[in-house]
Amino acid sequence: MAETILLDIAALSLFISGAGTLLAAAVGVPLGSWLGARDFRGQRILKALLYSLYGLPPVLLGLLLYLSLSRTGPLGSLRWLYTVHGMILAQFLLTLPFILGLTWSAVASVERPIRDTAKTLGAEGRRYLATLVKEAKLGVLGAVMVGFGRAISEVGAVIIVGGNIQGETEVLTTAIVKETQQGDFATAVGLGLILLAISILVFASLTLLQERGRK
Amino acid sequence: MTGEDAGLAPLACKGVVKKFGERTVVDGVSLAAHAGTIHAVLGPSGSGKTTLLRILNLLETADAGSVSFAGAQVGLRPRQRRLDDAQRSARLKSALVLQKPVVFNTTVRENAEFGLRMRDEVPGEMASKVDAALARLGLSGLADERAWRLSGGEQQRLAFARACVLDLTVLLLDEFTANLDHANVTILEKAVRDFAAEGKAGVLLVTHDLFQARRLADEVTLLVDGAVVESAPKAEFFDSPKDERTARFVSGDAPM
Repeated sequence: MAETILLDIAALSLFISGAGTLLAAAVGVPLGSWLGARDFRGQRILKALLYSLYGLPPVLLGLLLYLSLSRTGPLGSLRWLYTVHGMILAQFLLTLPFILGLTWSAVASVERPIRDTAKTLGAEGRRYLATLVKEAKLGVLGAVMVGFGRAISEVGAVIIVGGNIQGETEVLTTAIVKETQQGDFATAVGLGLILLAISILVFASLTLLQERGRK
Repeated sequence: MTGEDAGLAPLACKGVVKKFGERTVVDGVSLAAHAGTIHAVLGPSGSGKTTLLRILNLLETADAGSVSFAGAQVGLRPRQRRLDDAQRSARLKSALVLQKPVVFNTTVRENAEFGLRMRDEVPGEMASKVDAALARLGLSGLADERAWRLSGGEQQRLAFARACVLDLTVLLLDEFTANLDHANVTILEKAVRDFAAEGKAGVLLVTHDLFQARRLADEVTLLVDGAVVESAPKAEFFDSPKDERTARFVSGDAPM
């Protein structure tokens, strides 16, 4: 496999996982902190439902998305099956429960004296939420990291929704599956090493960011 | 100066009751804060002082009674999510300093700026106000430190600076020097006295420390089991208490 193709695959992996995670963070962080800032009836049930989604098999999500996105499905008119858009949607749905749930927990764990102090000094509404997120930023960043970790290592959903089309929807994980099936273990291992390198790089930089926030 | 003549006091409450389950923690308390004076609410621990302050600062709902701020009714209603206009202006004109030092995970300066930012203070004004407040509490040299690196006493001084930098009419202090060493207590008590002496705001100081009340207060109220036993100007309270329980408390015996 030529090097440029390898790079393309790696770049597409990063792009799809990054975009899916960022979109999930854009929804999950505000919503999760809103939930974490209050007590309300039914929050335990909602949390239990959300936590149960942590165990959602990606393959099952891929299948459901496949059915929804196929021509006769409810989202068929989008024509997103076997496209990067469809794969980003899959990554978004896979990572959202984690980012939402972990942000919720992180913000909910900000202690009452901090909350009271923010309130007594005049924080209200969006500014109050922003204060809580800032106090819980390590946990919130951790939530996004877990989301990205799930996205970049995921194979089941993206292979079904993306179709693993060479040069179009092939990403590192799905390429590893293909090369392994074709018996080209050297390439498969090489792809695996690239995947590992990306993970280490991204997580190391996010961890450094986290450490800086701690100081 | 009790709840009866509270009319236009910056902050007053009347007949406030709060129950947690079967236990009545605050039992019909009426009192008021007046501009330029320090009112000490004295009482043994577990006498409902903290809960009372939380109700006065609109952090807790009372089961009965009223809280008024400059004449407007502001008490928090059950299951209320957002503050109404009167409550919001009361909130912006008052601040509570908690017993345990609480600092945000930012720098000392950013901590001190917090309330001013919530009031959309212009940056230039904010910097000079914060500089002055930090200087008054002996924190100027620590402005760029992360607040959590400070000692407990420094953190509490920061918490006080963060509150008194605001344009307040009432400052609420909840056992604000408990567990601090003598040097920090001295600095903080002087800061409270200076703050009250400016004459703009009244201070409501909750404490179990008889001597602190004696050092700081203009007016003292004794709270036992959530109810007011006696409320009087300091000299009268300490020298010629009317209630026998006050006399016992002042002399160092248990009030009941």
